[in-house]
Amino acid sequence: MESMIKQKIKEVKKGDQSAFEDIVTFYQNKVYHICLRMIGNAYEAEDLAQEAFIRAYTNIHTFDERRKFSTWLYRIATNLTIDRIRKKKPDYHLDAEVKGTDGLDMYSQMAADQALPEEEVESLELQTYIHKEILALPPKYRSVIVLRYLDELSLQEIAEVLEIPVGTVKTRVHRGREALRKRLRHV
Amino acid sequence: MNCKKEAVVLMHKYMDGELHKEEERRLRDHLNTCQSCQNHFHELKRATTLVKNTSPVSAPKNFTANVMNNLPKEKKRKSYVRYLQRHPLITAAAVFFILMFSGIFSAWNQDQQVTVSKQENLEIRENVVIVPEGVTVSGDLTVRNGDLRIDGKIDGDVTIINGDIIDGEPQGEISDEFDNSTLRAYSGELTEVNQIYEWVWYHTKQFFTELFAFGSDE
Ligand SMILES: [Zn+2]
Repeated sequence: MESMIKQKIKEVKKGDQSAFEDIVTFYQNKVYHICLRMIGNAYEAEDLAQEAFIRAYTNIHTFDERRKFSTWLYRIATNLTIDRIRKKKPDYHLDAEVKGTDGLDMYSQMAADQALPEEEVESLELQTYIHKEILALPPKYRSVIVLRYLDELSLQEIAEVLEIPVGTVKTRVHRGREALRKRLRHV
Repeated sequence: MNCKKEAVVLMHKYMDGELHKEEERRLRDHLNTCQSCQNHFHELKRATTLVKNTSPVSAPKNFTANVMNNLPKEKKRKSYVRYLQRHPLITAAAVFFILMFSGIFSAWNQDQQVTVSKQENLEIRENVVIVPEGVTVSGDLTVRNGDLRIDGKIDGDVTIINGDIIDGEPQGEISDEFDNSTLRAYSGELTEVNQIYEWVWYHTKQFFTELFAFGSDE
């Protein structure tokens, strides 16, 4: 699949705009997913994902074909989304967010001894709740968690997407997981 | 084993698939004896499972079409620039010849002021710089866009850009001596530069700088 994408990129670089369509079709779900889980709102996620593809197109000549295209594309998408989050809200404080109990009560009642039936995990309500908890993470933890668990990128790939050292990725994944553990323990 | 400082750190390493054999054994041993860490580990795995198992989402309908419609239009000018960027040699040659036979060429021939590197004791008469008789210029002399006539002497190199050295008025026997290089009126080297090629090349390079500056702005 990478080789098909590589070929398409070559064609786009040569000025064939229509070759870009296959690239968008191939990556649209992934990119949209990253944006959605990070921004939490379908309308904005669509806007951001579109913008990411348009930027990828206009900057295609700066893409080094020896690198992985998905890494480059995700970087554009996450940078745009992180910028948007920064403009929207002041700062998050991990501890404050983690200590918050908003929305937990309903779920803590069904906790502990009462094990969840399998299909319950897939219920829309629970999904919405989990997504809300991901969104409650400060952006720097949210981005690594989204890339790690929703897109299943390796730590190394996340480091390349976010342009931060692998050590920093590890620390953030670690803290993000701890935060989610506390927030989801009653589910 | 310290629960917070060691066991929890090992749990995260485990979850990132980075636990060594020895560490794995130590973690297992600890979990077997520590209820609190067992809970912690269970909660961690459960949280990540919940996050992982959320159903994948699809991009909205018409997403690709919307992106394609919003791409900047492939402009004529842009593809022309792209062509030039991809073929620097052809471009260099083309630009060179265009400049050669167009405005630049006449610009070279017209409106050129005579300039000379030294002014003292020199006369300038209708594009001719004259070193008058009896005058000795000490040091190198450069004349641009004009001819040079040496009636006196120059003690140094002479450079003439876009001009010629012209003989002084014949002065009897002296003119014969002028042919003799040992008796020429200047002591150093004579360089005449027909600078038109450099001039055009300068503009060619200028064009390229702008072409690539334009490209990187996209
Ligand atoms: Zn312990």
